[in-house]
Amino acid sequence: MAEFLSMGGYASFVWTAYGTSAAALVWLAVSSRKQLKETNEAVEAARARRRGDS
Amino acid sequence: MHRFANPAQFNRLADAILPWATGAFVLLLGAGLYYAFFDSPPDYQQGESVRVMYIHVPAAWMAMFTYMVMAVASFTALVWRHPLALLAGRAAAPIGAVFTALALITGMLWGKPMWGTYWVWDGRLTSVLVLLFLYLGYMALWQAIDEEEKAGRAASILALVGVVNIPIIKFSVDWWSTLHQPASVMRLDGPTIDGSMLMPLLLMAGAYQAYFAVVFLWRMKLEINRRKLAVARQVSMHAPVGAE
Amino acid sequence: MSAEVKSIPMFMALVRRDVKLAWSQGGGAMLALGFFFVAVSLFPFGVGPAPQVLARIAPGVIWVVALLAAVISLDRLYQADYEDGSLDDLMLSPIGPIGISAAKVLAHWLSTTLPLALLAPAMGVLMNLPDQAYGTLILSLLVGTPALSLIGSVGAALTVAVRRGGVLMLLLILPLYVPTLIFGVGAVDAAMSLTDPLPHMALLAATTLIALVVGLFASAAALKLALE
Repeated sequence: MAEFLSMGGYASFVWTAYGTSAAALVWLAVSSRKQLKETNEAVEAARARRRGDS
Repeated sequence: MHRFANPAQFNRLADAILPWATGAFVLLLGAGLYYAFFDSPPDYQQGESVRVMYIHVPAAWMAMFTYMVMAVASFTALVWRHPLALLAGRAAAPIGAVFTALALITGMLWGKPMWGTYWVWDGRLTSVLVLLFLYLGYMALWQAIDEEEKAGRAASILALVGVVNIPIIKFSVDWWSTLHQPASVMRLDGPTIDGSMLMPLLLMAGAYQAYFAVVFLWRMKLEINRRKLAVARQVSMHAPVGAE
Repeated sequence: MSAEVKSIPMFMALVRRDVKLAWSQGGGAMLALGFFFVAVSLFPFGVGPAPQVLARIAPGVIWVVALLAAVISLDRLYQADYEDGSLDDLMLSPIGPIGISAAKVLAHWLSTTLPLALLAPAMGVLMNLPDQAYGTLILSLLVGTPALSLIGSVGAALTVAVRRGGVLMLLLILPLYVPTLIFGVGAVDAAMSLTDPLPHMALLAATTLIALVVGLFASAAALKLALE
């Protein structure tokens, strides 16, 4: 296990590369998803308001 | 309201595709990571650091792929005035910028142990850096102009000018670096790649492609929502009271 | 038919007016030249006055600073006319959006960039540029600077309606300047090292021609968009 983690002495480079990629891709996906949810709710609210008006 | 007919259809299509794309992403990522770490040999020259390749090369491919998506969307938006095309470009841009940044960062982290330096001004690095600037410019232009329709079409013009420029930039910096630098820069495409490394690379590329599909569809739906909200706000501002 | 007959004198009149404006009080031409002079003379303070060092970086410094000088004078290329509404009138006139951008670019090049190219040898003296490179320096600037005005015109047209759009314009167009800069400096470097600058010059000319086609069309499209 320790040998696997050490990546033949390149641990800092290999794991930083994977870590940065994972962090950036997760952040983009999560923030997109979150914004989508928020706007979904806002659209629903607007629709409900319009129904209420008429 | 006729403009919503189209987006509604798109939303249905997106909802049909999304579970499959998500499933493909999970499977491809799992298999790709397994091969990348447990079932591929260390390179005889680069040792274990070669494992960075499995996330670096897919990111670089996707950086270019996403720009092409953005460019095709921009062209469609400008020529046929398709309302969804503008949104497609806007949805793709942040994803492309992230891929481009990751291609640069992972490349630097791979370059340090291999080349002994994080950065060299060689053709590939320089042209990818310019690609990142184009993405940032595209997004900044969207932000800067208040009227969405206009902002989108201005950004589309910029994206298309960038398309013309990318091959020129690529060509010029390739030529430039060979003038100034002797062949000290190791060529990535030098040794033909072995099957045992090709497998994880292709799996990871597939995973990145599926990731793009998922996040792109999310962002498309998000942009459609934002457009709906903007239109609704305008209607409620301009319509006389009770006219609805 | 009569529209075509009228459009050429109109085009010339527009060019003449803009050149005159650029050189009148408050115009950008003198400012660009002043910036070129002052900014180049900062470099010896930055890198030290050693003649060999200055000579080595001279082509790059002169090209980059000339490029920046051209850019800072570009950001209001369409803005004054946009703000006072005369751009609307021009768009309706027979010369059309492509004619307007062509006239604006030509006027900018004549009034601002051409003087920069002519001032460049003096900057070469300040930077200890070797004798054999002066001809190529002027020639490369003459061939390459139209591309700067053309690409810059796209950025200026895209940001014409943006308040304080100057910095945004820089972000948009500076990456697109890379090929022109590489080939321009390459030509002067070649002349400095006594090799043939012609291949660089040919590529520089090709870049300018591509910029001519793409730049005029994109500027026209962006102007039409801004005035909608």
